Amino acid sequence: MTPAGSLLTARALHKAYGSTPALDGADFSIHPGEVVAVMGPSGSGKSTLLHCLAGIIRPDSGSVLYGSRDLSQMSDAQRSALRRSDFGFVFQFGQLVPELTCLENVALPLRLNGVKRKEAEERSLEWLERLEVGEVRAKRPGEVSGGQGQRVAVARALAARPRVIFADEPTGALDSLNGERVMTLLTEAARGTNAAVVLVTHEARVAAYSDREVVVRDGQAREMAGLA
Amino acid sequence: MSIGHTLLGLLESGPRHGYDLKRAFDEHFGHDRPLHYGQVYSTMSRLLKNGLVEVDGVEAGAGPERKRYAITDAGVTDVAQWLARPEKPEPYLQSTLYTKVVLALLTGRDAAELLDTQRTEHLRLMRGLTERKRKGDLADQLICDHALFHLEADLRWLELTAARLDKLAAVIGS
Repeated sequence: MTPAGSLLTARALHKAYGSTPALDGADFSIHPGEVVAVMGPSGSGKSTLLHCLAGIIRPDSGSVLYGSRDLSQMSDAQRSALRRSDFGFVFQFGQLVPELTCLENVALPLRLNGVKRKEAEERSLEWLERLEVGEVRAKRPGEVSGGQGQRVAVARALAARPRVIFADEPTGALDSLNGERVMTLLTEAARGTNAAVVLVTHEARVAAYSDREVVVRDGQAREMAGLA
Repeated sequence: MSIGHTLLGLLESGPRHGYDLKRAFDEHFGHDRPLHYGQVYSTMSRLLKNGLVEVDGVEAGAGPERKRYAITDAGVTDVAQWLARPEKPEPYLQSTLYTKVVLALLTGRDAAELLDTQRTEHLRLMRGLTERKRKGDLADQLICDHALFHLEADLRWLELTAARLDKLAAVIGS
């Protein structure tokens, strides 16, 4: 049973590393076009929840439904294919490929999905310009600032038109101004394409870009209903 | 800080004389500003008038009569409603929040829940300010940023306190 219209739903997730529980019955759901902040203290299980939702790791028990498919029942290869086609990722440190130019980095997920080079680079340039970093297209990640690199990472996450974007502390390495700009561009672009954003953050000012927040504590995720 | 609600909360554990109430208040909340006796008695007479406390007994002595106050059911409800109602987010409200957290712990209520509720209320206001900033001019952005930074400081305090609840519960219970 999934909440009506939900795109991604997790139920009763359990995950332990050795004898240490990271998730202890966590629930989560997100709708298309929705930005949900996942908050909680360090070590509460936020990143493990994100990794389970994204199919990067398999929970010990519980289900992660993406549409009608259960990620926890899929093979590693099936989950990898799904991540390439339907999911986008932004991490604290852009994790761009240092040997490729910024344009080639953005085009990479498209190329892996079989899009021809010319089309992939045209689409990537559009995204770089939308993220206000078209001028760095020929530079390598080591030659651009942290803020520019993170915008390139956001462009890469969005270029393949993912239905869900997973952002783990996307502004953690940026100053306030760059962090704000990245969040504005990320959330506007995601809402513009009706993509859902799972935003893991411990910063309230970043969480304020979300539509609602989920608090993870002791491995349990709690949806805050609000008081409106 | 609402002295009335705080005194009511302190009465939940059992009836007390005015002097005991003042001592308990000063011990928990009056480190810098102890309560005056006059404040205790004027507050208690207001609470009495409003039916939130009742006189549980009177001891006659050499001096003035010593009344012992007990909280009524209406008083318990009033404290519960005050604790459950988030404070209007504003800068520098930690002292009220601190009082609420301590009272929640003293009265066996869920202090983590209280902090979660407050976090939601803060984030709701922060979302509104972030949206206003996005659509506004530079003046709007600066005005909103000022509020956002203060609210963020409150939230950092909330998170820190949530992480220290067990320790705080042990300290005030000892």
